[in-house]
Amino acid sequence: MTTLTVHEITKAFFGIAAVKAVSLSVEAGQILGLIGQNGAGKSTLMNLIGGVVQPDSGTMQFNGAPYTPRIPSDAVHAGIAFIHQELNLFTNLTIAENIFIAGFPRTRFGSIDRAAMRQRAKDLLASVGLEMSSDTPVERIAPGERQLVEIAKALYQDASLIIFDEPTTSLTARETERLFAIMRQLREQGKALIYISHILGDVLKYADSIAIMRDGALVAHEPASAFDVNRMIALMVGRSIEQLYPPRTAPPTSEPVLQVENVTAAGVVENITFDLLRGEVLGVFGLMGSGRTELVRILFGLEPFERGKITLNGRDVGLPTPRESIRAGMAFVTENRREEGLLMSIDIANNIGMVALPQYADRLLQIIRQRDLSDGAGRMAGALQLKSGDIRQQNVKALSGGNQQKVVIAKWLLNAPTVFILDEPTRGIDVGAKYEIYTIIDRLAAEGGGVLIISSELEELMGMCDRILVMSRGEIVGQFARADFNDAAILRAAFREAESNGAMS
Amino acid sequence: MNGRRNLWQFLLGNSTIVLFIVVFIAFGIASPRFFLPENIINIVKQASFVGFLAVGMTFVLLTAGIDLSVGSNMYLSAVAAGLLMRSIGLEIVPALIVSLVVGTLFGAVNAFLILRLKIIPFMVTLGTLVIGRGLGTALTESQQIDFPERMNAFGQIVILGIPMPIIAFVIVVAAAYYILTRTPFGRQVYAVGNDIEAGKKAGINTDRVIAGVYIISGFCAGLAGFILASQLGGRVDRSFGDGREFDAIAAAVLGGTSLFGGTGNIIGTVIGAVLIQMVQTGLQFNLVNLYLQPMVKAFIIFLAIFFDSLRDSNLKKLKRRFIRPVNT
Repeated sequence: MTTLTVHEITKAFFGIAAVKAVSLSVEAGQILGLIGQNGAGKSTLMNLIGGVVQPDSGTMQFNGAPYTPRIPSDAVHAGIAFIHQELNLFTNLTIAENIFIAGFPRTRFGSIDRAAMRQRAKDLLASVGLEMSSDTPVERIAPGERQLVEIAKALYQDASLIIFDEPTTSLTARETERLFAIMRQLREQGKALIYISHILGDVLKYADSIAIMRDGALVAHEPASAFDVNRMIALMVGRSIEQLYPPRTAPPTSEPVLQVENVTAAGVVENITFDLLRGEVLGVFGLMGSGRTELVRILFGLEPFERGKITLNGRDVGLPTPRESIRAGMAFVTENRREEGLLMSIDIANNIGMVALPQYADRLLQIIRQRDLSDGAGRMAGALQLKSGDIRQQNVKALSGGNQQKVVIAKWLLNAPTVFILDEPTRGIDVGAKYEIYTIIDRLAAEGGGVLIISSELEELMGMCDRILVMSRGEIVGQFARADFNDAAILRAAFREAESNGAMS
Repeated sequence: MNGRRNLWQFLLGNSTIVLFIVVFIAFGIASPRFFLPENIINIVKQASFVGFLAVGMTFVLLTAGIDLSVGSNMYLSAVAAGLLMRSIGLEIVPALIVSLVVGTLFGAVNAFLILRLKIIPFMVTLGTLVIGRGLGTALTESQQIDFPERMNAFGQIVILGIPMPIIAFVIVVAAAYYILTRTPFGRQVYAVGNDIEAGKKAGINTDRVIAGVYIISGFCAGLAGFILASQLGGRVDRSFGDGREFDAIAAAVLGGTSLFGGTGNIIGTVIGAVLIQMVQTGLQFNLVNLYLQPMVKAFIIFLAIFFDSLRDSNLKKLKRRFIRPVNT
């Protein structure tokens, strides 16, 4: 049985077609894997299905009836649920309230029937395997658990189509396993699922059929057995990618640009010592909670430390503030683009100009030289091959994840930094854009900068770095030079301490 | 060390209540008559007018909105009731209903402008603040309105030793508490304040929620106008309700309501409203220079907000997640 049919649907923004005459059907009791590069039109297609935007032409049918959502709640009422990459939960409410927010069980007097709500919430949480009181505020639970709450919400709404948009990016390995188990279970129950992901191996493994989008058009939709990863990539990029990582163009120098000596913040990091060399790409690997993000936040001046010394370009920076760090030539791309990296509802040019803004101000009157600023921003956008409309008109919000990340990088590049810290630089970014980000990283190092990358993807660090530091429980527990890279050894180092001290994930 | 940390955390976590008690005791020591039951009842009674506004304001602030028009609204509502009582001899109950209807419609106009014309709440309610007062002044030709004597009698009603405004206040607070914590609408108010986009995606009728909070705020203003008029011996002049919106906002924020939406509760607002009134009464009691009083009042409000921000940053620090044992 077909749950959703999309027929010849088209949508353009500012005259640029985001979705071109796409026809697609989703069957009940099946998982449809949907893949494509950032900007290929996946998100727009989902927004069309979800009623967030309306199509310019084309029709949809849902459970056999014409389906024309005008607002998101139309989709909810029709029986379509979204599990977004950025979760849509209300952190100030409890788990139960989040599940029932659009349709509370009521008493005769119209108030919330709290007993019924708790009972139903308990059943729903049990069916997604979340053992937790439904009265827990969402702000107190982990990202993986939040995702399960979203799924419980979808189950409550008795959705017949559930769309998972990059559901596993913020999950631990165990949570990911559990999520896939639940997805399979939903499929057994006859739900239709759309699974959008950049993790091609997972899509291949769990999807029944795979649809691939490129430049707004659907380029393939076949049973999963017809694909392998290489074919998926080839269809996504329109050519075959020979390599996942660009070759490194220049070796590191021996001159340190950033020296960290015995940096300690009680309860967070302990005796951190390392040098970052000019021209070097240095990786920091560790499990979630190993202190890797905390460390770079300390280096950048976002968190304090008690002991130790940080030397940047030969100068002791003391306890830096982010402002001083930026002035001293440091750049920090955070792991959280949406909240910490970008002003989502402001145009691209002004986002790019954010850090280097003082350089574009008139010396005397401090008036921004708008033309120079947008020229500079435009140069950066060009150098990073940003795919967008007019950078002075288009908001960052309208860009794909990969292009948003390029805006963040461009923002820092415009300030010509000498130390570049990137926390999870390719999270939620597709293969093609990843390659471009790697190329940028190589160029930064080749031009004499020091690059520090944090990543949960060991393969990525091994592909790009000259050296990898391994962190566990706030300490550096291992160091590997490129010649000695060995994934098993690195993982062992990262896990060693964790095992002897109980569960850390 | 742990005990001290807990105490610190407790004090900061309840800074407004702590300040409330400190201010209460300090004024009491300065003039012991301050502790008399009549005085305490008087403070709560005086607090109820701003309290009504603050309760309505709490709903609005929870959605990250603001309603600057409540002072003008209470003026216009009281004027409407007063004019009808004088011209066609309306009785108390129908006159009260007139005030409530005018207040509610005023709120509905705010909601309409915000939602249909998509103007931000600050500008809309700043506009209706001016228009509302202008309309009231035009209707009265800028004259003071004298209500019939029965208005004064209504204002003096005491049941079981408790003045009528306090009873009305308790009912309003109980209703607001119930709505915010126990009804779908109330929880959706919190949801919308937390993340309106997510609210839309979750299928909440966010327009209905936002319209609801401005209408409730308007209703509260209408009630405040009528009851305050009855307390002033049935005399309403041009300055009636002037600037009360700021007391209402201050009361809600003192009580822990965030201007950014999603955080706050009614009980806190009540404490905030009573605290502000207590300071005012206490200053009068201690014969503080009349011109200095507003400054002292502002200083105490500032202090409370300062503690609140101190609390936020400290709680964040105290609740920081440690990833390794602290070596001491």
